[in-house]
Amino acid sequence: MGVALKALLWRDIALARKGGGGLGAALSFILAVVVLVPLSIGPDLNLLARLAAGLMWLSLLLAVLLTADRIFQQDLEDGTLDVMTMSAVPFELVALVKTIAHWLTVSLPLALIAPPLGLMLNLDVAALPVLWLAMVTGSFALSLLAALGGAITAGLRRGGLLISILILPLYIPVLIFGVSATSMMMGPQSAVPSLLILLAITLVCLVISPLACAAALRAYLR
Amino acid sequence: MQKFANPTVFLKLANALLPFMWLAVFVLFACGLYGALITSPADYQQGETVRIMYLHVPAAWVAMMAYGFMAFASAIALIFRHPLADAAAKSAAPVGAVFCFLALATGSIWGKPMWGTWWVWDARLTSMFILMLLYLGYIAIWQAIEEPHLAATIARIVALVGSVILPIIKFSVEWWNTLHQPASVFKMGGPTIDKSMLWVLLVMALASTLLFFTLLMVSLRSEIAARKLRQNRLQAIRSN
Repeated sequence: MGVALKALLWRDIALARKGGGGLGAALSFILAVVVLVPLSIGPDLNLLARLAAGLMWLSLLLAVLLTADRIFQQDLEDGTLDVMTMSAVPFELVALVKTIAHWLTVSLPLALIAPPLGLMLNLDVAALPVLWLAMVTGSFALSLLAALGGAITAGLRRGGLLISILILPLYIPVLIFGVSATSMMMGPQSAVPSLLILLAITLVCLVISPLACAAALRAYLR
Repeated sequence: MQKFANPTVFLKLANALLPFMWLAVFVLFACGLYGALITSPADYQQGETVRIMYLHVPAAWVAMMAYGFMAFASAIALIFRHPLADAAAKSAAPVGAVFCFLALATGSIWGKPMWGTWWVWDARLTSMFILMLLYLGYIAIWQAIEEPHLAATIARIVALVGSVILPIIKFSVEWWNTLHQPASVFKMGGPTIDKSMLWVLLVMALASTLLFFTLLMVSLRSEIAARKLRQNRLQAIRSN
């Protein structure tokens, strides 16, 4: 079982790298935010410093959402998922591995790149490590929820529109605690509680998402 | 409960009950509105605008209850394969969404004279708004998928995931709000509510709840009719 899952992980990573898993599009989205925000709200550095962490979270969140429909749709359409349901591996684990592949190829790179880009918005350098930590943790939850949205709309022709309304409300806890971890940095309290809650939310998503993904995909495959 | 799984039995029951339910709804609303608009006193702080409460608070309660009902019906559908549960959840969603919208709209109208603004990013307002989004997402799933069985399965998942994550969202929104600003807006008329207002509020809440279930039954009835229509049409195509 482990071998099969590892092979699936490598396959998905290779596919994302060769065929463009959406990382490029997502990255250019974040770049667009970084360029357009100062142009739209003015180059006031104090204002930008206050907004920077929140804006980077927002752009990370929306960028991950952009790639959500790629996680399952292609494999559902070409019958790959059909074959995978017939293997001995539990389908929930297949969904989880595909989500992990999405995290490794899209969300994690974005989470690593976004904080330094925040420096262009006058992000406090002292907040950088915490933002990194929060984004790496939170990005896994974002991937899990994106997979959930992707699975729920996998068989629909125009699922992209639906994903945003279905998943954005679920992103709210991640956004709130992700941002609060960095804003705490400036204050007297430590960022640890927020990071721990973020971790807890990620773990809850880790339980729910593969189950729901597998159930939704099975419904489409039937 | 399985007894009412048969749509014919349910329809018979619904047809027998509905006139009485409508009657009760009208009587309760008449009593409640009379109390709300005429007998109940104006608030010493908020004046006449406090009367919006009698519409606003029950609407918010029913909106939350309707989501709970929807999730419960979805769970029943998933666990017991109850044939009417999916239809019940589907029928509850638009009604609940309307109550949610009503709560938001009346709250906004109430907020303008009280707080001087149409909208405050208060924890309760924000979570109500998020509830509205969850309703819309659920309804959108039913709209987007044509095949009824598939739509029911996917909608179940959406409702159940939403009901699991809703408490987390509510908790985080409240936490976020206390971080940004102290809870200052919701201090209506002191800590306790006067008896002369309370009974009116309770009557209105009962009326709204009953209205929800009456509308649910009407909607469920037409849902069953739509199903039957679809089946008949398919059968007609097959026999041709």
